[in-house]
Amino acid sequence: MKTRDLAYVALFAALVAVLGLVPPVPVAGFPVPITAQTLGVMLAGSVLGARRGGLALLVFLAVVAVGAPVLSGGRGGLSVFAGPTAGFLYSWPVAAFVVGALTQLTWRRFNLAWSLLANLAGGVVVIYAIAIPLTTFFADVSLATSFTSSMTFVPGDIVKGVLASVVAVAVHKAYPVIELPARRRPVTG
Amino acid sequence: MTLALYHPVPSPVHRAPAGLKLLVLAALGVLLFVVPRLYLVGGALAGVLAVGLGLGGLPVRVLWAQVRPVLIWLAALFVVHLLVTDAATGALAVSRLLTLVLAAAVVTATSRVTELVDVVERICSPLRWVGVRPARIGLVIAMTLRFIPLIAERAARIREAQAARGGARRLTVLVVPLLVQVLQMAHTTAEALDARGADDEPLPRRRRRDR
Repeated sequence: MKTRDLAYVALFAALVAVLGLVPPVPVAGFPVPITAQTLGVMLAGSVLGARRGGLALLVFLAVVAVGAPVLSGGRGGLSVFAGPTAGFLYSWPVAAFVVGALTQLTWRRFNLAWSLLANLAGGVVVIYAIAIPLTTFFADVSLATSFTSSMTFVPGDIVKGVLASVVAVAVHKAYPVIELPARRRPVTG
Repeated sequence: MTLALYHPVPSPVHRAPAGLKLLVLAALGVLLFVVPRLYLVGGALAGVLAVGLGLGGLPVRVLWAQVRPVLIWLAALFVVHLLVTDAATGALAVSRLLTLVLAAAVVTATSRVTELVDVVERICSPLRWVGVRPARIGLVIAMTLRFIPLIAERAARIREAQAARGGARRLTVLVVPLLVQVLQMAHTTAEALDARGADDEPLPRRRRRDR
């Protein structure tokens, strides 16, 4: 890893933290105000790509673990890793990695549709696929209960997925960070 | 902006090595999930409170501040258990989580951030064999802790500027300029790190002393 990558990882870990400090923002046409933290998970993957995005979220979790109260609602410390919502935390690095991997796959023809696919698959499906079974374990409830109670957050997460995609496309044009290995050109002439 | 849950008081719990405290915490977590007995969980809860409030000299409000955000979840969990299983299982699940949350809060409040970062570095030291330098992990965590107030300040500035122009309080209009600023910061940070030789291979210890 180059120092540039270290800086990206550290800055996006900090960005996810700051998005947790931003007070919940009301979204037009949606009853519950949403917090911006999972938006940061999706953005880390969409902007930095799989490896750096996943690492940024691992670093974020390390920062939470060493006692920075940077989860939404001012939570932090080791206690959140045993709490009832811990499953969501563990899913974030994987989610950022998957968002990044899907973004890299479609980077050459990147547009809003591909971005939506990456953010909804990685940022919503992956998060719940990991968080729901883990919640079942931590909170000792059945899979079905855990599933239905989690579903209340899905509409908010879809809103965030759309937001992240719009932002990701804007950043793709303005300040592309993901670099793909140069495609080998066929030798002509 | 204070960015630590550490609560400095002179006590034996504070002086205990952070690695040891983390090890005890991890062992407690495994124990409570492997042996789900209410008396064991109750004993552990009393023990954690005794260590935190008694031996560690932490004020009640420090622990309360950590537990309060979780309470609503615990209450909801208990209600779910009343509906789906029974009160005994519910009491066990709730008290187990409460105990672990409190134990972790005690570790966090009695250990300095720098000590915990050292422990993270030590835990990551086996990664040396796959080409990761543990010192860099410490560096990245330290950088992140420094960047949080910096980015928060940028975010506040963007909000102020938009409020002054009578702009809407929408998330997109905050996030796009913030992201661009963050990417620019990454650029300057990387240059600053390179200028200080952060990318160089560390010299072998013996040779460094000779210079």
